[in-house]
Amino acid sequence: MGEVCRSCAACQLSSTDSLRVQYNVNRGSEGDLIIALAGNPNVGKSTIFNALTGLRQHTGNWPGKTVTQAQGTYRHREQKFVLVDLPGTYSLLSNSVDEEVARDFICFGQPDATIIVVDATSLARNLNLVLQVLEITPKVVLSVNLMDEAKSKGIRVDLDALSQKLGVPVIGTTARSGAGLDELKEKVYQVALGYLETNPISVTYDPEVDEVVQKLLPKVKSLVQGIHLNPYWVAMRLMDGDESFLQRLTHYTSLGEVWPKGEAALCPR
Amino acid sequence: MNHYLPLSHIPIGRKARVINLELEGFSRRRILDMGLVPGTEVEVLRRSPLGDPTAYLIRGTVIGLRKDEASHIIVQKQ
Ligand SMILES: Nc1nc2c(ncn2[C@@H]2O[C@H](COP(=O)(O)OP(=O)(O)O)[C@@H](O)[C@H]2O)c(=O)[nH]1
Ligand SMILES: [Mg+2]
Repeated sequence: MGEVCRSCAACQLSSTDSLRVQYNVNRGSEGDLIIALAGNPNVGKSTIFNALTGLRQHTGNWPGKTVTQAQGTYRHREQKFVLVDLPGTYSLLSNSVDEEVARDFICFGQPDATIIVVDATSLARNLNLVLQVLEITPKVVLSVNLMDEAKSKGIRVDLDALSQKLGVPVIGTTARSGAGLDELKEKVYQVALGYLETNPISVTYDPEVDEVVQKLLPKVKSLVQGIHLNPYWVAMRLMDGDESFLQRLTHYTSLGEVWPKGEAALCPR
Repeated sequence: MNHYLPLSHIPIGRKARVINLELEGFSRRRILDMGLVPGTEVEVLRRSPLGDPTAYLIRGTVIGLRKDEASHIIVQKQ
């Protein structure tokens, strides 16, 4: 347990408590690693979730939302993982409740790694979300699922080329039969513990956009100091006028001024 | 023959290519996130009994768009 909140006696929360209070996520003990599971709807996310966690899972709601949340645990190489199933979305940016939940958890839940599941039969559509997540966090493993369907449709996915391009591990999986899931677990283990460093592709914006972002960057950098958030991406959200993100960011950073760094998100009030 | 028109004007069974989105902010974002970026081919599949929404085939997925949304998506007939 780390430092606790100094300013308010009611708020004696560790980072483990923070996950529970804000996201309803239960880290059994401090050493457990948190893995987020993201993807478009209908790509086999739940099938992967079930295959990895088996019966060690429970469902509830995201705090304050009517969005269903499933979480479960599994072990790999003696390490315990808590897997958190995010709502299926095509994006993190168009402000539906599902997208806000997924975005907030990836941004402020600070998962140790994120698995993005994509549909091997419609990669182009799925890569939109992949690029969005890669702009926020480098700790990503890609599961190209429905490989059996792709094969029967005559679609061949060049997993190595995709991994080269995106700069993160890419595993072909068929969740229904379990094919590829051991390799997926291994890569998640390596990325979450930092044994495997990723080098995600960075999106290049138009010079006019970049110019404005560069002006904002110094201030944004000091604002998000101590949070694992890509300042460039945050600056882009400010330019978008993304009110919902701004609100969450304000909540998170204003707490940071009053309370010790790293405990910023902990107070439930 | 090559002029641009709103997607809502394309008849059932025809295909069109996205030229431009006359939308801003989150509604623009939402349409882009459906894969409707300029250059994308769209097929008009069917209209619901009440005339709205209409089902489109976009990058292998069937997506329903309201007439109001489709009218801001500028396309070229194929
Ligand atoms: N053929 C095939 N079907 C799959 C695979 N993974 C999942 N499915 C099926 O795809 C459908 C959607 O899966 P689900 O896990 O509910 O997707 P989710 O919406 O992403 O959670 C279900 O009918 C699954 O049985 C796979 O690898 N191959
Ligand atoms: Mg599901």
